[in-house]
Amino acid sequence: MITVKELTKRYARNTAVDHISFQVEKGQIVGFLGPNGAGKTTTMRMLTCFLPPTSGSATVAGYDVLEQPLEVKKRIGYLPETPPLYPEMETGEYLTFVGKLKGLSGAELRKRVDYVCDRCAIADVRNKLLGKLSKGYRQRVGLAQAIVHNPDVLILDEPTSGLDPKQINETRDLIKSLGGDHTIILSTHILPEVEQTCEQVIIINKGKLAATDSVQNLQNRARGAGSVLVEVSGRNGSLDLAAVQRRLEQVAGVAHVVAKHSRQNRSSFEVESGKGFVRGDLARAVVESGWDLNELRPSAMSLEEIFLQLTGAEATVREEEVAVRGAQ
Amino acid sequence: MRNILIIWQKELRSYFASPIAYLLLTMFALIFGFFFWNSLGYFVLMGMESQMRGQMMPMNLNEIVIRPLLSNVGVIGLFFIPMITMRLFAEEKRSGTIELLATSPIRDVEIIIGKWLAALSLYACMLLVAAVNFAFLFKYGKPDWKPLAIGYLGLLLQAGALLAIGTFISTLTKNQIIAGAATFGVCLLLWVLEWVSGYETATWAQVLAYMSIITHFESFAKGVLDSKDAIFYVTVIFLGLFFTARSMESLRWRT
Repeated sequence: MITVKELTKRYARNTAVDHISFQVEKGQIVGFLGPNGAGKTTTMRMLTCFLPPTSGSATVAGYDVLEQPLEVKKRIGYLPETPPLYPEMETGEYLTFVGKLKGLSGAELRKRVDYVCDRCAIADVRNKLLGKLSKGYRQRVGLAQAIVHNPDVLILDEPTSGLDPKQINETRDLIKSLGGDHTIILSTHILPEVEQTCEQVIIINKGKLAATDSVQNLQNRARGAGSVLVEVSGRNGSLDLAAVQRRLEQVAGVAHVVAKHSRQNRSSFEVESGKGFVRGDLARAVVESGWDLNELRPSAMSLEEIFLQLTGAEATVREEEVAVRGAQ
Repeated sequence: MRNILIIWQKELRSYFASPIAYLLLTMFALIFGFFFWNSLGYFVLMGMESQMRGQMMPMNLNEIVIRPLLSNVGVIGLFFIPMITMRLFAEEKRSGTIELLATSPIRDVEIIIGKWLAALSLYACMLLVAAVNFAFLFKYGKPDWKPLAIGYLGLLLQAGALLAIGTFISTLTKNQIIAGAATFGVCLLLWVLEWVSGYETATWAQVLAYMSIITHFESFAKGVLDSKDAIFYVTVIFLGLFFTARSMESLRWRT
Protein backbone atom coordinates (compact mmCIF):
# COMPACT_ATOMS: atom_id res chain seq x y z
CA MET A 1 0.00 0.00 0.00
CA ILE A 2 2.84 2.34 0.88
CA THR A 3 6.26 2.06 -0.67
CA VAL A 4 9.04 4.36 0.37
CA LYS A 5 12.36 4.28 -1.42
CA GLU A 6 15.47 6.16 -0.37
CA LEU A 7 13.32 9.02 0.85
CA THR A 8 15.41 12.02 1.87
CA LYS A 9 14.57 15.46 3.16
CA ARG A 10 17.36 17.97 3.48
CA TYR A 11 17.11 21.45 4.89
CA ALA A 12 19.69 24.15 4.53
CA ARG A 13 21.68 23.00 7.54
CA ASN A 14 20.58 19.52 8.42
CA THR A 15 19.16 16.34 6.98
CA ALA A 16 15.87 15.56 8.64
CA VAL A 17 15.26 12.28 6.86
CA ASP A 18 18.12 10.34 5.38
CA HIS A 19 17.54 7.66 2.73
CA ILE A 20 14.68 5.85 4.39
CA SER A 21 13.11 2.85 2.68
CA PHE A 22 10.23 0.71 3.89
CA GLN A 23 7.04 -0.90 2.80
CA VAL A 24 3.64 -1.22 4.37
CA GLU A 25 1.15 -3.86 3.29
CA LYS A 26 -2.57 -3.29 2.97
CA GLY A 27 -4.53 -3.43 6.21
CA GLN A 28 -1.49 -3.30 8.47
CA ILE A 29 -1.04 -1.08 11.48
CA VAL A 30 2.50 0.16 11.57
CA GLY A 31 4.13 1.95 14.44
CA PHE A 32 6.54 4.66 13.52
CA LEU A 33 8.89 4.92 16.43
CA GLY A 34 11.67 7.29 17.28
CA PRO A 35 12.83 9.83 19.81
CA ASN A 36 11.73 13.43 19.43
CA GLY A 37 13.27 15.06 16.39
CA ALA A 38 14.02 11.74 14.69
CA GLY A 39 12.21 12.74 11.51
CA LYS A 40 8.88 11.02 12.10
CA THR A 41 6.75 14.06 11.39
CA THR A 42 8.83 15.03 8.38
CA THR A 43 8.44 11.56 6.88
CA MET A 44 4.70 11.63 7.47
CA ARG A 45 4.44 15.06 5.93
CA MET A 46 6.20 13.79 2.85
CA LEU A 47 3.80 10.84 2.63
CA THR A 48 0.82 13.20 2.83
CA CYS A 49 2.24 15.48 0.11
CA PHE A 50 2.56 18.36 2.56
CA LEU A 51 6.32 18.47 2.06
CA PRO A 52 8.07 17.45 -1.13
CA PRO A 53 11.02 15.08 -0.66
CA THR A 54 14.51 16.30 -1.58
CA SER A 55 15.21 12.98 -3.23
CA GLY A 56 13.89 9.47 -3.33
CA SER A 57 10.32 8.46 -3.93
CA ALA A 58 7.21 7.46 -2.06
CA THR A 59 4.08 5.90 -3.49
CA VAL A 60 0.78 5.61 -1.70
CA ALA A 61 -1.84 3.24 -3.12
CA GLY A 62 0.19 3.12 -6.31
CA TYR A 63 0.42 6.89 -6.82
CA ASP A 64 3.62 8.86 -6.54
CA VAL A 65 3.50 11.70 -4.01
CA LEU A 66 5.33 14.08 -6.33
CA GLU A 67 3.68 13.21 -9.61
CA GLN A 68 0.07 12.61 -8.64
CA PRO A 69 -0.41 14.40 -5.32
CA LEU A 70 -4.14 14.88 -5.83
CA GLU A 71 -4.71 11.15 -6.25
CA VAL A 72 -2.60 10.44 -3.17
CA LYS A 73 -4.45 13.06 -1.11
CA LYS A 74 -7.80 11.53 -2.04
CA ARG A 75 -6.71 8.24 -0.52
CA ILE A 76 -5.06 9.54 2.63
CA GLY A 77 -6.47 10.59 5.95
CA TYR A 78 -4.05 12.63 8.02
CA LEU A 79 -4.09 13.64 11.65
CA PRO A 80 -1.23 16.08 12.31
CA GLU A 81 0.33 16.42 15.72
CA THR A 82 -2.06 19.21 16.64
CA PRO A 83 -5.51 18.42 15.23
CA PRO A 84 -6.24 20.99 12.49
CA LEU A 85 -9.42 22.44 13.95
CA TYR A 86 -11.09 25.79 13.34
CA PRO A 87 -12.10 27.08 16.77
CA GLU A 88 -15.04 29.08 15.42
CA MET A 89 -16.70 26.05 13.82
CA GLU A 90 -19.04 23.52 15.36
CA THR A 91 -18.02 19.88 15.31
CA GLY A 92 -20.66 18.72 12.83
CA GLU A 93 -20.13 21.71 10.62
CA TYR A 94 -16.38 21.15 10.63
CA LEU A 95 -16.68 17.49 9.67
CA THR A 96 -19.06 18.44 6.87
CA PHE A 97 -16.54 21.00 5.63
CA VAL A 98 -13.70 18.48 5.68
CA GLY A 99 -15.92 15.88 3.97
CA LYS A 100 -16.66 18.36 1.19
CA LEU A 101 -12.98 19.20 0.88
CA LYS A 102 -12.24 15.51 0.43
CA GLY A 103 -14.82 15.25 -2.33
CA LEU A 104 -17.93 13.91 -0.58
CA SER A 105 -21.35 15.41 -1.19
CA GLY A 106 -25.07 14.98 -0.66
CA ALA A 107 -26.48 11.95 1.15
CA GLU A 108 -23.12 10.20 1.26
CA LEU A 109 -21.54 13.16 3.04
CA ARG A 110 -24.29 13.18 5.67
CA LYS A 111 -24.01 9.45 6.13
CA ARG A 112 -20.24 9.56 6.61
CA VAL A 113 -20.42 12.46 9.06
CA ASP A 114 -23.01 10.58 11.13
CA TYR A 115 -20.89 7.47 10.95
CA VAL A 116 -17.63 9.06 12.11
CA CYS A 117 -19.41 10.96 14.89
CA ASP A 118 -20.70 7.66 16.10
CA ARG A 119 -17.44 5.80 15.62
CA CYS A 120 -15.26 8.36 17.36
CA ALA A 121 -17.81 8.93 20.13
CA ILE A 122 -18.19 12.64 19.48
CA ALA A 123 -21.91 12.69 18.72
CA ASP A 124 -22.59 14.44 22.02
CA VAL A 125 -20.42 17.44 21.08
CA ARG A 126 -21.76 17.75 17.55
CA ASN A 127 -23.19 21.19 18.12
CA LYS A 128 -20.37 22.51 20.25
CA LEU A 129 -17.75 24.97 19.11
CA LEU A 130 -14.42 23.26 18.45
CA GLY A 131 -12.62 25.96 20.40
CA LYS A 132 -14.50 24.91 23.53
CA LEU A 133 -13.73 21.20 23.37
CA SER A 134 -11.42 19.41 25.78
CA LYS A 135 -8.14 17.95 24.58
CA GLY A 136 -9.54 14.42 24.38
CA TYR A 137 -12.48 15.50 22.26
CA ARG A 138 -10.27 17.56 20.01
CA GLN A 139 -8.07 14.58 19.36
CA ARG A 140 -11.11 12.46 18.56
CA VAL A 141 -12.55 15.09 16.25
CA GLY A 142 -9.12 15.14 14.60
CA LEU A 143 -9.33 11.40 14.12
CA ALA A 144 -12.90 11.67 12.82
CA GLN A 145 -11.70 14.30 10.36
CA ALA A 146 -9.03 11.90 9.12
CA ILE A 147 -11.43 9.04 8.41
CA VAL A 148 -14.45 10.99 7.20
CA HIS A 149 -13.81 10.16 3.53
CA ASN A 150 -13.03 6.50 4.27
CA PRO A 151 -9.42 6.69 3.05
CA ASP A 152 -7.31 3.65 2.23
CA VAL A 153 -4.41 4.97 4.25
CA LEU A 154 -4.47 6.67 7.61
CA ILE A 155 -1.49 8.63 8.84
CA LEU A 156 -1.64 9.61 12.47
CA ASP A 157 1.01 11.76 14.08
CA GLU A 158 1.12 10.96 17.80
CA PRO A 159 -2.61 10.30 18.09
CA THR A 160 -2.50 9.75 21.84
CA SER A 161 -0.27 12.61 22.92
CA GLY A 162 -1.70 14.72 25.69
CA LEU A 163 -4.58 12.38 26.55
CA ASP A 164 -5.33 10.91 29.95
CA PRO A 165 -4.84 7.13 30.42
CA LYS A 166 -8.49 6.31 29.87
CA GLN A 167 -8.62 8.35 26.70
CA ILE A 168 -5.39 6.78 25.53
CA ASN A 169 -6.92 3.33 25.87
CA GLU A 170 -10.07 4.40 24.05
CA THR A 171 -8.08 5.95 21.24
CA ARG A 172 -5.91 2.85 20.95
CA ASP A 173 -8.96 0.62 20.75
CA LEU A 174 -10.44 2.89 18.14
CA ILE A 175 -7.26 2.76 16.08
CA LYS A 176 -7.05 -0.99 16.43
CA SER A 177 -10.63 -1.35 15.27
CA LEU A 178 -9.86 0.82 12.25
CA GLY A 179 -7.07 -1.51 11.17
CA GLY A 180 -8.07 -4.05 8.58
CA ASP A 181 -10.22 -1.61 6.62
CA HIS A 182 -7.48 0.96 6.59
CA THR A 183 -3.75 0.81 6.36
CA ILE A 184 -2.49 2.80 9.30
CA ILE A 185 0.81 4.43 10.12
CA LEU A 186 0.99 5.98 13.52
CA SER A 187 3.93 7.71 15.03
CA THR A 188 4.68 7.66 18.70
CA HIS A 189 7.43 7.64 21.22
CA ILE A 190 5.41 5.60 23.68
CA LEU A 191 6.58 2.01 23.41
CA PRO A 192 3.73 0.08 25.03
CA GLU A 193 1.49 1.72 22.50
CA VAL A 194 3.37 0.02 19.70
CA GLU A 195 3.44 -3.30 21.50
CA GLN A 196 -0.30 -3.10 21.99
CA THR A 197 -1.60 -1.65 18.76
CA CYS A 198 0.83 -2.35 15.99
CA GLU A 199 1.82 -5.36 14.00
CA GLN A 200 4.91 -3.82 12.54
CA VAL A 201 7.44 -1.32 13.78
CA ILE A 202 9.62 1.09 11.92
CA ILE A 203 12.22 2.62 14.16
CA ILE A 204 14.03 5.71 13.01
CA ASN A 205 16.67 7.71 14.72
CA LYS A 206 18.34 10.94 13.62
CA GLY A 207 16.66 10.64 10.25
CA LYS A 208 18.01 7.17 9.58
CA LEU A 209 16.17 3.89 9.55
CA ALA A 210 17.25 1.90 12.61
CA ALA A 211 15.02 -1.14 12.21
CA THR A 212 11.90 -2.28 10.47
CA ASP A 213 10.28 -5.53 11.49
CA SER A 214 7.22 -7.05 13.08
CA VAL A 215 6.88 -6.50 16.82
CA GLN A 216 7.12 -10.27 17.30
CA ASN A 217 10.29 -10.56 15.27
CA LEU A 218 11.96 -7.69 17.01
CA GLN A 219 11.38 -9.27 20.37
CA ASN A 220 12.55 -12.62 19.05
CA ARG A 221 15.59 -11.05 17.55
CA ALA A 222 16.64 -9.72 20.87
CA ARG A 223 15.98 -13.11 22.41
CA GLY A 224 17.73 -14.94 19.59
CA ALA A 225 21.00 -13.40 20.59
CA GLY A 226 21.05 -16.28 23.06
CA SER A 227 21.22 -14.30 26.22
CA VAL A 228 20.29 -16.27 29.32
CA LEU A 229 19.76 -14.99 32.82
CA VAL A 230 20.97 -17.28 35.62
CA GLU A 231 20.39 -16.66 39.29
CA VAL A 232 22.50 -18.71 41.63
CA SER A 233 22.63 -18.89 45.43
CA GLY A 234 25.02 -20.66 47.75
CA ARG A 235 23.79 -23.49 49.97
CA ASN A 236 25.65 -22.54 53.11
CA GLY A 237 25.17 -18.85 53.04
CA SER A 238 28.32 -17.84 51.22
CA LEU A 239 28.86 -17.68 47.50
CA ASP A 240 32.13 -17.12 45.71
CA LEU A 241 31.16 -14.87 42.86
CA ALA A 242 34.36 -15.34 40.93
CA ALA A 243 34.10 -19.13 41.21
CA VAL A 244 30.56 -19.14 39.83
CA GLN A 245 31.57 -16.91 36.99
CA ARG A 246 34.56 -19.15 36.19
CA ARG A 247 32.40 -22.26 36.27
CA LEU A 248 29.76 -20.73 33.99
CA GLU A 249 32.38 -19.63 31.55
CA GLN A 250 33.65 -23.18 31.31
CA VAL A 251 30.29 -24.48 30.02
CA ALA A 252 30.57 -25.42 26.35
CA GLY A 253 29.14 -22.81 24.03
CA VAL A 254 29.21 -19.90 26.46
CA ALA A 255 30.84 -16.83 25.02
CA HIS A 256 30.55 -14.26 27.71
CA VAL A 257 29.38 -14.03 31.32
CA VAL A 258 28.44 -10.78 32.99
CA ALA A 259 27.65 -10.52 36.66
CA LYS A 260 24.53 -8.43 37.02
CA HIS A 261 23.12 -8.12 40.49
CA SER A 262 24.23 -9.56 43.71
CA ARG A 263 22.60 -9.35 47.09
CA GLN A 264 23.32 -11.42 50.17
CA ASN A 265 24.10 -14.91 48.97
CA ARG A 266 22.28 -14.64 45.68
CA SER A 267 23.62 -13.31 42.46
CA SER A 268 22.50 -13.25 38.88
CA PHE A 269 24.56 -13.48 35.74
CA GLU A 270 23.83 -12.77 32.18
CA VAL A 271 25.25 -15.50 30.00
CA GLU A 272 25.71 -14.94 26.31
CA SER A 273 26.12 -18.02 24.22
CA GLY A 274 27.64 -17.97 20.80
CA LYS A 275 25.55 -20.80 19.40
CA GLY A 276 23.16 -23.54 20.34
CA PHE A 277 21.12 -24.27 23.39
CA VAL A 278 23.12 -23.95 26.60
CA ARG A 279 20.45 -23.75 29.27
CA GLY A 280 20.61 -27.48 30.11
CA ASP A 281 24.36 -27.47 30.46
CA LEU A 282 24.26 -24.33 32.58
CA ALA A 283 21.74 -25.87 34.98
CA ARG A 284 23.79 -29.01 35.35
CA ALA A 285 26.99 -27.07 35.91
CA VAL A 286 25.44 -24.99 38.68
CA VAL A 287 23.81 -27.89 40.46
CA GLU A 288 26.85 -30.16 40.18
CA SER A 289 29.02 -27.48 41.72
CA GLY A 290 26.83 -27.57 44.79
CA TRP A 291 25.01 -24.26 44.31
CA ASP A 292 21.30 -23.66 44.06
CA LEU A 293 19.79 -22.64 40.77
CA ASN A 294 17.08 -20.10 41.58
CA GLU A 295 16.21 -18.90 38.14
CA LEU A 296 17.09 -19.68 34.58
CA ARG A 297 15.38 -17.84 31.76
CA PRO A 298 16.05 -16.35 28.38
CA SER A 299 16.52 -12.66 28.92
CA ALA A 300 14.14 -11.25 26.34
CA MET A 301 14.62 -7.57 25.89
CA SER A 302 11.54 -5.45 26.10
CA LEU A 303 10.86 -3.22 23.15
CA GLU A 304 12.11 -0.47 25.35
CA GLU A 305 15.58 -1.94 25.52
CA ILE A 306 15.64 -2.73 21.83
CA PHE A 307 14.58 0.79 21.15
CA LEU A 308 17.27 2.27 23.36
CA GLN A 309 19.84 0.00 21.83
CA LEU A 310 18.85 0.82 18.29
CA THR A 311 18.63 4.53 18.85
CA GLY A 312 22.10 4.72 20.28
CA ALA A 313 21.16 5.09 23.91
CA GLU A 314 22.89 1.79 24.75
CA ALA A 315 25.89 3.74 25.92
CA THR A 316 24.07 4.59 29.12
CA VAL A 317 23.04 0.95 29.63
CA ARG A 318 26.67 -0.14 29.33
CA GLU A 319 27.69 2.45 31.85
CA GLU A 320 25.23 1.02 34.32
CA GLU A 321 26.70 -2.44 33.85
CA VAL A 322 30.18 -1.14 34.45
CA ALA A 323 28.96 0.52 37.60
CA VAL A 324 27.46 -2.75 38.81
CA ARG A 325 30.63 -4.63 38.08
CA GLY A 326 32.71 -1.98 39.76
CA ALA A 327 30.59 -2.24 42.90
CA GLN A 328 31.41 -5.89 43.16
CA MET B 1 -14.90 25.39 -9.18
CA ARG B 2 -16.68 23.36 -6.52
CA ASN B 3 -13.59 23.51 -4.33
CA ILE B 4 -13.33 27.29 -4.69
CA LEU B 5 -16.91 27.51 -3.51
CA ILE B 6 -16.23 25.29 -0.49
CA ILE B 7 -13.31 27.47 0.59
CA TRP B 8 -15.24 30.68 -0.13
CA GLN B 9 -18.12 29.47 1.99
CA LYS B 10 -15.86 28.46 4.86
CA GLU B 11 -14.01 31.79 4.85
CA LEU B 12 -17.16 33.88 4.72
CA ARG B 13 -18.58 31.76 7.53
CA SER B 14 -15.41 32.46 9.55
CA TYR B 15 -15.77 36.20 8.99
CA PHE B 16 -19.38 36.17 10.12
CA ALA B 17 -19.00 33.60 12.90
CA SER B 18 -16.49 35.85 14.61
CA PRO B 19 -17.03 39.52 15.40
CA ILE B 20 -14.65 40.54 12.59
CA ALA B 21 -17.27 41.05 9.90
CA TYR B 22 -19.77 42.80 12.16
CA LEU B 23 -17.11 45.07 13.62
CA LEU B 24 -15.77 46.03 10.21
CA LEU B 25 -19.26 46.63 8.79
CA THR B 26 -20.32 48.70 11.78
CA MET B 27 -17.20 50.83 11.74
CA PHE B 28 -17.51 51.30 8.02
CA ALA B 29 -21.17 52.25 8.30
CA LEU B 30 -20.34 54.84 10.96
CA ILE B 31 -17.39 56.36 9.13
CA PHE B 32 -19.01 56.38 5.74
CA GLY B 33 -22.23 57.72 7.22
CA PHE B 34 -20.28 60.62 8.65
CA PHE B 35 -18.66 61.33 5.28
CA PHE B 36 -22.03 61.17 3.57
CA TRP B 37 -23.67 63.48 6.06
CA ASN B 38 -20.89 66.05 5.69
CA SER B 39 -20.97 65.89 1.96
CA LEU B 40 -24.74 66.35 1.93
CA GLY B 41 -24.53 69.23 4.37
CA TYR B 42 -22.06 70.95 2.07
CA PHE B 43 -24.32 70.31 -0.91
CA VAL B 44 -27.35 71.80 0.84
CA LEU B 45 -25.36 74.86 1.90
CA MET B 46 -24.19 75.44 -1.65
CA GLY B 47 -27.76 75.12 -2.86
CA MET B 48 -28.98 77.72 -0.39
CA GLU B 49 -26.18 80.14 -1.22
CA SER B 50 -26.84 79.99 -4.92
CA GLN B 51 -30.53 80.56 -4.27
CA MET B 52 -29.82 83.60 -2.12
CA ARG B 53 -27.66 85.07 -4.85
CA GLY B 54 -30.63 84.54 -7.11
CA GLN B 55 -28.67 82.49 -9.58
CA MET B 56 -30.17 79.23 -10.70
CA MET B 57 -26.94 77.35 -11.35
CA PRO B 58 -27.70 73.73 -12.13
CA MET B 59 -26.24 71.61 -9.34
CA ASN B 60 -25.21 68.09 -10.09
CA LEU B 61 -25.50 65.42 -7.40
CA ASN B 62 -23.13 63.13 -9.28
CA GLU B 63 -20.43 65.78 -9.55
CA ILE B 64 -20.68 67.28 -6.10
CA VAL B 65 -21.72 64.39 -3.87
CA ILE B 66 -21.17 61.00 -5.48
CA ARG B 67 -17.80 61.50 -7.11
CA PRO B 68 -15.87 62.64 -4.03
CA LEU B 69 -17.73 60.13 -1.88
CA LEU B 70 -16.63 57.27 -4.10
CA SER B 71 -13.02 58.37 -3.69
CA ASN B 72 -13.63 58.54 0.05
CA VAL B 73 -14.91 54.98 0.10
CA GLY B 74 -11.60 53.99 -1.47
CA VAL B 75 -9.66 55.78 1.26
CA ILE B 76 -11.72 54.25 4.06
CA GLY B 77 -11.32 50.87 2.42
CA LEU B 78 -7.57 51.33 2.56
CA PHE B 79 -7.77 51.10 6.34
CA PHE B 80 -10.11 48.16 6.33
CA ILE B 81 -8.41 45.99 3.72
CA PRO B 82 -5.46 44.91 5.91
CA MET B 83 -7.94 43.90 8.59
CA ILE B 84 -9.79 41.74 6.10
CA THR B 85 -6.79 39.96 4.61
CA MET B 86 -4.37 39.65 7.50
CA ARG B 87 -5.92 36.48 8.88
CA LEU B 88 -6.41 34.64 5.58
CA PHE B 89 -3.24 32.57 5.66
CA ALA B 90 -1.43 33.75 8.78
CA GLU B 91 -4.12 32.26 11.01
CA GLU B 92 -4.12 28.92 9.19
CA LYS B 93 -0.36 28.77 9.47
CA ARG B 94 -0.36 29.55 13.15
CA SER B 95 -3.10 27.08 14.10
CA GLY B 96 -1.81 24.34 11.81
CA THR B 97 -5.03 24.09 9.83
CA ILE B 98 -3.01 24.86 6.72
CA GLU B 99 -1.92 21.22 6.97
CA LEU B 100 -5.51 20.13 6.52
CA LEU B 101 -5.96 22.28 3.43
CA ALA B 102 -2.60 21.30 1.97
CA THR B 103 -3.23 17.58 2.40
CA SER B 104 -6.74 17.68 0.95
CA PRO B 105 -7.34 16.85 -2.70
CA ILE B 106 -7.64 20.49 -3.70
CA ARG B 107 -5.29 22.71 -5.64
CA ASP B 108 -3.44 25.65 -4.10
CA VAL B 109 -5.01 27.94 -6.70
CA GLU B 110 -8.47 26.92 -5.56
CA ILE B 111 -7.62 27.69 -1.95
CA ILE B 112 -6.19 31.10 -2.90
CA ILE B 113 -9.03 32.16 -5.16
CA GLY B 114 -11.60 30.96 -2.64
CA LYS B 115 -10.02 33.00 0.12
CA TRP B 116 -9.55 36.09 -2.03
CA LEU B 117 -13.16 35.91 -3.24
CA ALA B 118 -14.34 35.66 0.38
CA ALA B 119 -12.33 38.77 1.25
CA LEU B 120 -13.75 40.56 -1.78
CA SER B 121 -17.26 39.49 -0.77
CA LEU B 122 -16.83 41.03 2.65
CA TYR B 123 -15.65 44.23 1.01
CA ALA B 124 -18.71 44.08 -1.26
CA CYS B 125 -20.85 43.90 1.87
CA MET B 126 -19.24 47.16 2.99
CA LEU B 127 -20.09 48.69 -0.37
CA LEU B 128 -23.68 47.57 0.15
CA VAL B 129 -23.72 49.46 3.43
CA ALA B 130 -22.55 52.51 1.54
CA ALA B 131 -25.28 51.90 -1.02
CA VAL B 132 -27.91 52.38 1.68
CA ASN B 133 -26.70 55.98 1.94
CA PHE B 134 -26.69 56.47 -1.80
CA ALA B 135 -30.25 55.15 -1.91
CA PHE B 136 -31.38 58.33 -0.13
CA LEU B 137 -30.02 60.38 -3.01
CA PHE B 138 -32.26 58.46 -5.37
CA LYS B 139 -35.23 58.93 -3.07
CA TYR B 140 -34.91 62.73 -2.84
CA GLY B 141 -32.99 63.59 -5.98
CA LYS B 142 -32.36 62.37 -9.47
CA PRO B 143 -28.72 61.41 -9.78
CA ASP B 144 -27.58 59.41 -12.79
CA TRP B 145 -27.17 55.76 -11.72
CA LYS B 146 -24.68 54.80 -14.45
CA PRO B 147 -21.64 56.71 -13.16
CA LEU B 148 -22.40 55.34 -9.71
CA ALA B 149 -22.46 51.78 -11.03
CA ILE B 150 -19.16 52.30 -12.81
CA GLY B 151 -17.73 53.86 -9.67
CA TYR B 152 -18.77 50.78 -7.75
CA LEU B 153 -17.14 48.55 -10.32
CA GLY B 154 -13.97 50.62 -9.96
CA LEU B 155 -14.10 50.31 -6.18
CA LEU B 156 -14.42 46.55 -6.43
CA LEU B 157 -11.51 46.33 -8.84
CA GLN B 158 -9.38 48.62 -6.72
CA ALA B 159 -10.16 46.66 -3.56
CA GLY B 160 -9.59 43.40 -5.43
CA ALA B 161 -6.08 44.56 -6.27
CA LEU B 162 -5.27 45.62 -2.70
CA LEU B 163 -6.85 42.46 -1.31
CA ALA B 164 -4.72 40.33 -3.62
CA ILE B 165 -1.63 42.09 -2.28
CA GLY B 166 -2.87 41.56 1.27
CA THR B 167 -3.51 37.89 0.59
CA PHE B 168 0.03 37.51 -0.64
CA ILE B 169 1.50 39.24 2.41
CA SER B 170 -0.60 37.02 4.68
CA THR B 171 1.16 33.93 3.33
CA LEU B 172 4.54 35.32 4.38
CA THR B 173 4.05 35.18 8.12
CA LYS B 174 2.36 33.33 10.94
CA ASN B 175 1.68 36.57 12.74
CA GLN B 176 -1.55 38.35 11.85
CA ILE B 177 -0.37 41.68 13.23
CA ILE B 178 2.72 41.60 11.04
CA ALA B 179 0.63 40.65 8.03
CA GLY B 180 -1.81 43.46 8.76
CA ALA B 181 0.82 46.13 9.37
CA ALA B 182 2.82 45.18 6.29
CA THR B 183 -0.30 45.18 4.13
CA PHE B 184 -1.31 48.57 5.44
CA GLY B 185 2.17 49.95 4.72
CA VAL B 186 2.24 48.63 1.18
CA CYS B 187 -1.29 49.80 0.43
CA LEU B 188 -0.61 53.27 1.80
CA LEU B 189 2.57 53.53 -0.21
CA LEU B 190 0.76 52.46 -3.37
CA TRP B 191 -1.78 55.13 -2.56
CA VAL B 192 0.59 58.07 -2.13
CA LEU B 193 2.97 57.20 -4.96
CA GLU B 194 0.82 59.45 -7.09
CA TRP B 195 2.04 62.54 -5.21
CA VAL B 196 5.36 62.62 -7.04
CA SER B 197 3.56 63.68 -10.20
CA GLY B 198 2.75 66.93 -8.40
CA TYR B 199 6.28 68.32 -8.56
CA GLU B 200 8.23 66.09 -10.92
CA THR B 201 7.65 65.26 -14.55
CA ALA B 202 10.61 62.99 -15.26
CA THR B 203 10.01 59.50 -16.57
CA TRP B 204 10.62 57.84 -13.20
CA ALA B 205 8.03 60.04 -11.58
CA GLN B 206 5.54 59.17 -14.30
CA VAL B 207 6.21 55.48 -13.76
CA LEU B 208 5.77 55.84 -10.01
CA ALA B 209 2.58 57.78 -10.42
CA TYR B 210 1.32 55.19 -12.86
CA MET B 211 1.92 52.48 -10.31
CA SER B 212 -0.20 54.30 -7.79
CA ILE B 213 -3.48 52.59 -7.11
CA ILE B 214 -5.31 55.93 -6.99
CA THR B 215 -4.28 57.21 -10.42
CA HIS B 216 -6.42 54.57 -12.02
CA PHE B 217 -9.48 55.27 -9.99
CA GLU B 218 -10.05 58.81 -11.27
CA SER B 219 -11.74 57.66 -14.44
CA PHE B 220 -14.03 55.28 -12.53
CA ALA B 221 -14.98 58.05 -10.07
CA LYS B 222 -15.99 60.22 -13.02
CA GLY B 223 -18.15 57.38 -14.26
CA VAL B 224 -15.95 56.59 -17.21
CA LEU B 225 -15.11 52.98 -17.86
CA ASP B 226 -11.54 53.16 -19.15
CA SER B 227 -10.23 49.75 -20.19
CA LYS B 228 -6.66 50.94 -19.50
CA ASP B 229 -7.43 51.40 -15.83
CA ALA B 230 -9.53 48.26 -15.56
CA ILE B 231 -6.66 46.28 -17.05
CA PHE B 232 -4.26 47.81 -14.55
CA TYR B 233 -6.34 46.57 -11.62
CA VAL B 234 -6.90 43.17 -13.15
CA THR B 235 -3.16 42.86 -13.70
CA VAL B 236 -2.41 43.71 -10.08
CA ILE B 237 -5.02 41.19 -8.94
CA PHE B 238 -3.50 38.55 -11.16
CA LEU B 239 0.05 39.31 -10.00
CA GLY B 240 -0.94 39.35 -6.34
CA LEU B 241 -2.64 35.97 -6.59
CA PHE B 242 0.20 34.60 -8.67
CA PHE B 243 2.73 35.59 -6.01
CA THR B 244 0.45 34.08 -3.38
CA ALA B 245 0.56 30.78 -5.24
CA ARG B 246 4.35 30.93 -5.53
CA SER B 247 4.62 31.79 -1.85
CA MET B 248 2.42 28.85 -0.87
CA GLU B 249 4.55 26.59 -2.97
CA SER B 250 7.75 27.84 -1.41
CA LEU B 251 6.17 27.38 2.01
CA ARG B 252 6.28 23.66 1.35
CA TRP B 253 9.91 23.71 0.40
CA ARG B 254 10.91 25.83 3.35
CA THR B 255 9.00 24.48 6.31
